[in-house]
Amino acid sequence: MNWVVKTLTSTLGRKLIMALTGAFLSLFLVVHLIGNLQLLKDDGGMAFNIYADFMGHNPLIQTVSILNFTFIILHIITSVILTRLNNKARPVSYAYDGKSSAWSSRNMGILGTVILIFLVVHLSNFWGKSKLTTFEAGSYVPYVTYGEATMQNLYDVVAISFQEWWLVALYVVSMIGLAFHLSHGFISMFQTLGLNHSKYNFVIKIVGYEFAILVPAMFAAIPVFMFLNLQGGLLYLFAGIGVLALVVGAMVSNGHKQQLAV
Amino acid sequence: MNLTLKIWRQKNNKEKGKMVTYKVQDISDDMSFLEMMDVLNEELLKKGEEPVAFDHDCREGICGMCSMYINGHPHGPERTTTCQLHMRSFKDGDTITIEPWRAKGFPVVKDLVVDRSAFDRIIQAGGFVSVNTGVSVDANEIPIAKDVASEAMDAATCIGCGACVAACKNASAMLFVSAKISHLGLLPQGKTEKNRRVQRMIAQMDAEEFGACTNTGACAAECPKSISLVNIARMNREYFAAKVASEA
Repeated sequence: MNWVVKTLTSTLGRKLIMALTGAFLSLFLVVHLIGNLQLLKDDGGMAFNIYADFMGHNPLIQTVSILNFTFIILHIITSVILTRLNNKARPVSYAYDGKSSAWSSRNMGILGTVILIFLVVHLSNFWGKSKLTTFEAGSYVPYVTYGEATMQNLYDVVAISFQEWWLVALYVVSMIGLAFHLSHGFISMFQTLGLNHSKYNFVIKIVGYEFAILVPAMFAAIPVFMFLNLQGGLLYLFAGIGVLALVVGAMVSNGHKQQLAV
Repeated sequence: MNLTLKIWRQKNNKEKGKMVTYKVQDISDDMSFLEMMDVLNEELLKKGEEPVAFDHDCREGICGMCSMYINGHPHGPERTTTCQLHMRSFKDGDTITIEPWRAKGFPVVKDLVVDRSAFDRIIQAGGFVSVNTGVSVDANEIPIAKDVASEAMDAATCIGCGACVAACKNASAMLFVSAKISHLGLLPQGKTEKNRRVQRMIAQMDAEEFGACTNTGACAAECPKSISLVNIARMNREYFAAKVASEA
């Protein structure tokens, strides 16, 4: 075994894989969110369709998307290996376990499973329909033409899907799961990478919680707004998110101050 | 006060153990937890029963020998060692559950006594400074900045009791190992060997089958010496840097 394999299969190395893949997936969330917010533009889906067509055909984006799938799988496999090793490290459990940590930090596996189930539904709903079926062979995806360009009308697929209340509910519940997963994962990533310093901890904490709450909140808002036919509601969304950001910020800084006082 | 005690009894490493319930009467508020255990054991001896085996030594909170998992927390409800825990932390009529540290790396020897020599082997792997000590040097001959000295001293307060392992849901030993790595690696005498030290100690920690860290923070919340998670972050940094850049 050479030193790279040795390092990456040590307990610390596996943590590093979790942190680095998690960092990449967090970045992906931001890009995915910015693109998808175009669904709320009141233009009959033109901006979103052009964007989706670009993302689906740009070779660089396609390469990154392969990386993204690889990292999701690596994140899952590593977490399963780590969980098995960690369970083995305590063969006999306590009769009375007092729990002195946050629920989300102890249950990342449950939260991750919620996200995985969501991913399967989400991908088969949109990505699968767009990539694995063709219009000629009875595709679910109709085409649309803007000027010279003809492309898949993915906006329609999304708009029709989000008429189902149960699918909207699944999205909202999954995003709550994602928020809790991120509330531990995002901040934890910095600790694993060795970034824990009194000068920067407050910034990491506030960015971490804002990220963990605002990103899933905006994702969840898309199906909700489309279900309620609030297209063109981007302004309302940003106003709401702004208020939420202030509330989260105030709560985190208040908690931080109290922690310092102890 | 009168108390009900549920205590883990296990004859030896081979046999299976179980929780056994005992009653103790007239326990004073001023007794330490270990003195309460002494009262129980005296009564058991009088009745001709086997007393409960538990680890203890200095009873001053500095040796790290006592190791009971009391009501779901290592060293019980107060942030101190079991020997410094007093019965005033409990109420008359309370039921107290007492278990040994639970970890693959800490096999039960008997009752509440666990074998913590895994920690010794981790220290033997690199938790030392290999210089000839000779005669003692003059004070301040090697200048060390105050903040660095304080950080090293904070880490050096670790008494190696294993409460971090007991508290962690993964039975991870990272708070202990990181405290030793920080305490030695921050000071000029220990810095020379820091790359070798961090790699060897972590290899030994993994070989002892302690779990991996998931940053829940339970270890630091329960540590009787308030060792901080900053040490684990430092260990992570030093480990990856050593792996990437060092020759050995």
